[in-house]
Amino acid sequence: MALTEDNNQRRPTRAPLTDQVWPFLRTTLLTLGSIAVTLLGLLFITFVIGRVMPIDPVLAIVGERASQETYDTVYLQLGLDKPLMVQFFYYLWDVLHLDFGTSLLNARPVSEDIARVFPATLELATIGIIFGVVLGVPLGVLAAVRKGSWIDQIARVVALVGYSMPIFWLGLMGLLVFYGILGWVGGPGRVGIFYVDVVPSVTGLILVDSLLDGNWDVFKDAFSHIILPASLLGYYSLAYVSRMTRSFMLEQLSAEYITTARVKGMSEWDVVWKHAFKNIRVQLITVIALSYANLLEGSVLTEIIFSWPGIGSYITTALLSADMNAVLGGTVVVGLIFILLNIFSDLLYKVFDPRAK
Amino acid sequence: MNAINKLLTSAAIGLAVGVTSFSAIAETPANMLVIANRIDDVTTVDPAESFEFAGSDISRNVYNRLVNLDPMDLAAGYQPDLAESWEVSEDGKTITFTMREGVKFHSGNPVRAEDAAFSLQRAVILNKTPAFILTQFGFTPENVAETIKADGNKLMITTDKKYATSFVLNCLTATIGGIVDKEVVMANEADGDMGNTWLKTNSAGSGPYKLDGWKPNESVTLSSNPEYYGGAPAMERVIVRHVTESASQRLLLERGDIDIARNLNPEDVAGASSTDGVKIEDELKGRLMYLALNQKHPVLSKPEVRQAFKYLIDYEGMRDSFLKGQYTIHQNFLPATYLGASEENPFSYNIEKAKELLAAAGVENLEVEIGVREAQERIEIGQSFQNAAAQAGIKVNITVGTAKQILARYRARELDVYLGAWGPDYPDPQTNAGTFAYNPDNSDEANATGLLAWRTGWDAGGLTEKVEAAVTEGDREKRVQMYLDIQKEFREISPFVMMFQQIEQSALRDNVMNWSTGQAVTSAAYWQVTK
Repeated sequence: MALTEDNNQRRPTRAPLTDQVWPFLRTTLLTLGSIAVTLLGLLFITFVIGRVMPIDPVLAIVGERASQETYDTVYLQLGLDKPLMVQFFYYLWDVLHLDFGTSLLNARPVSEDIARVFPATLELATIGIIFGVVLGVPLGVLAAVRKGSWIDQIARVVALVGYSMPIFWLGLMGLLVFYGILGWVGGPGRVGIFYVDVVPSVTGLILVDSLLDGNWDVFKDAFSHIILPASLLGYYSLAYVSRMTRSFMLEQLSAEYITTARVKGMSEWDVVWKHAFKNIRVQLITVIALSYANLLEGSVLTEIIFSWPGIGSYITTALLSADMNAVLGGTVVVGLIFILLNIFSDLLYKVFDPRAK
Repeated sequence: MNAINKLLTSAAIGLAVGVTSFSAIAETPANMLVIANRIDDVTTVDPAESFEFAGSDISRNVYNRLVNLDPMDLAAGYQPDLAESWEVSEDGKTITFTMREGVKFHSGNPVRAEDAAFSLQRAVILNKTPAFILTQFGFTPENVAETIKADGNKLMITTDKKYATSFVLNCLTATIGGIVDKEVVMANEADGDMGNTWLKTNSAGSGPYKLDGWKPNESVTLSSNPEYYGGAPAMERVIVRHVTESASQRLLLERGDIDIARNLNPEDVAGASSTDGVKIEDELKGRLMYLALNQKHPVLSKPEVRQAFKYLIDYEGMRDSFLKGQYTIHQNFLPATYLGASEENPFSYNIEKAKELLAAAGVENLEVEIGVREAQERIEIGQSFQNAAAQAGIKVNITVGTAKQILARYRARELDVYLGAWGPDYPDPQTNAGTFAYNPDNSDEANATGLLAWRTGWDAGGLTEKVEAAVTEGDREKRVQMYLDIQKEFREISPFVMMFQQIEQSALRDNVMNWSTGQAVTSAAYWQVTK
């Protein structure tokens, strides 16, 4: 008995396994639940809007000269005679089985279409956001540090133009100057006519696929086609990121701990980058994540001007053609992007800000 | 993008081009044709199902038909294609085609009468949207085995009654008349669909081109068929790129990265026409713009009022301003270039004449609603009409809406006036005569929503019989005269105010020769193009 008591006393005090696993499980379940509820809400709202908007999916399929009999047949085939909630639950059931249905118009599986168009947007948006962050963050920091100087004025003008200039105008002018007149970049489309379908599609990202295939010519051609639209999108991100960076930095630079650091003789570089900038990283992550999500959502006008077959123009075309399966599939993808980027941001908060752990 | 922005963009491009020469102009390869076009209407490339413009372009170049239209001489009408010759039975109901020998499909399989029979039977059995082009001859899924059959090198089709041979053959030149490779198609059948799912995105034809790939809203790629019985096409590869923006198409053309731009707006056409190395070619297309006056309306049904409305259209003013280069005046239901099309355009903009007619009808303080779909050109036509009508004492209220909103009311015969556009379904005059001037039962119960005359609430009277007679007239010249007579009567008495016919303006590099968009009667052809 005594021995038992001694043994018990010597045993290290360790929380039961369930106490360690439970918080992790709880967090994971809460996150998944939150994703599911958000997606469900998104699907429901999009579905309802799709059904009440004044676009007729039946007419889109049968054409305006079809007889009433043909119209009625297709109406029934689409299940439009059933109550809205029943239609929604049928759709939801299919989505839960990863079946987004087939496009009402081209009869291809929506998932195949999205797998084709989304990489085009991903490639464009990723290069765009890199451009926007690499130039926008330093510009914003410099503008804050040199407040009122010529750098600040330039940053302001850059941002103002970015905010106020219509993207289609800037896109067309960019095409005219850099493609039409100077011939520095490729024209509309992802690659030139000589390189269409030259490299096998592995990832759908043509820059990556051309590298995987070892085809340097296709890579160069694809890069010359993407650089202009990506720069254009990046410029709009740059305008937003630089203004927000400037604003965050100004707030930090006026804080007392910065004054203390300067009084202590710390170098200006350390003050700006090791103290002030370090403290705006969490806010910047939100700004960049939102900016990236917006680009991934698809910049419709940019895609139209540059004949870029991305998800923005895919959803828009589907919407105008009353192809609601395609619209819903695209909406789910866009919704997922927002959710995943939010989760990613949350994870980065915990890396950069110990208080968030 | 709104009109002002389009204008500014075109002006800026024009200015820049004017003061700066382009850097080294690229050029597409001599054996390749690159076209910029809007191809987002392609939903399938199965000839039994395809019914849209860009889809018909693909089909015309991939599939042969029994008889076909020569892009170099469209006015000549149907010519032998896979059928070398044909004979019509004494009762006029059976046509026996003799198949051309030695023709092969892209697969290498020989083209047989059996394939032709299968293709037509399949189109009837699948009963997709364009199937009516064949089923109007009495073919049904139940009887096609008997009415469309092959015997050796002969194909016999038997219609339910005697029709004008030209009517039947014209219909066989439509997309749905494309002959598919039975062996290949049935090898790809799934769930009894007669290969429909597979043929939506693949091809099995014998035409001058085979389909290499179709990426929706992106591109269509065709490669030439070196074994084509008519001779290998000069353009070994054809790429149709989906470029929606007019300014982008123009830049691609002026840079030499494409050979043909098919969707330039009037501003860009004007700009491109003055660019070195670019030429503009016009072709009349089948699309017609019209007003339909609801005959259930007590005032609009008066003959004088119907006449008066035809004088309230500023035909020339619109043609020379916002429709410039895009539409021409046309006051008949058969588009110019169609068999039997009338060139007569007797009505002109005449407010005083309209007032006289309205006064004769005892009309005062008339107020009507016009339904207009939300397309810029239609809204502008509606506004022009509204202004003219106001001068004649008629108040016109414009209701702008989507196709669903406006068309549903037109089909339900609820709109006072409908501003519509109509394109023919197949290259025979019956396609429009049978909808504008034919209405055997004008009662609400008939619910003949497919007929424009019914939608307009118009009992076409004697014209219905005349249209029926014209589709059975075997003599081509007599048939032409019958349609001319029908159109003359239609112009005077119908509640349709026919206004304009569409023009397609293609902008081409000046080394592109023999380009044809198919005029009003058919689709674009690539095999005769040279550079």
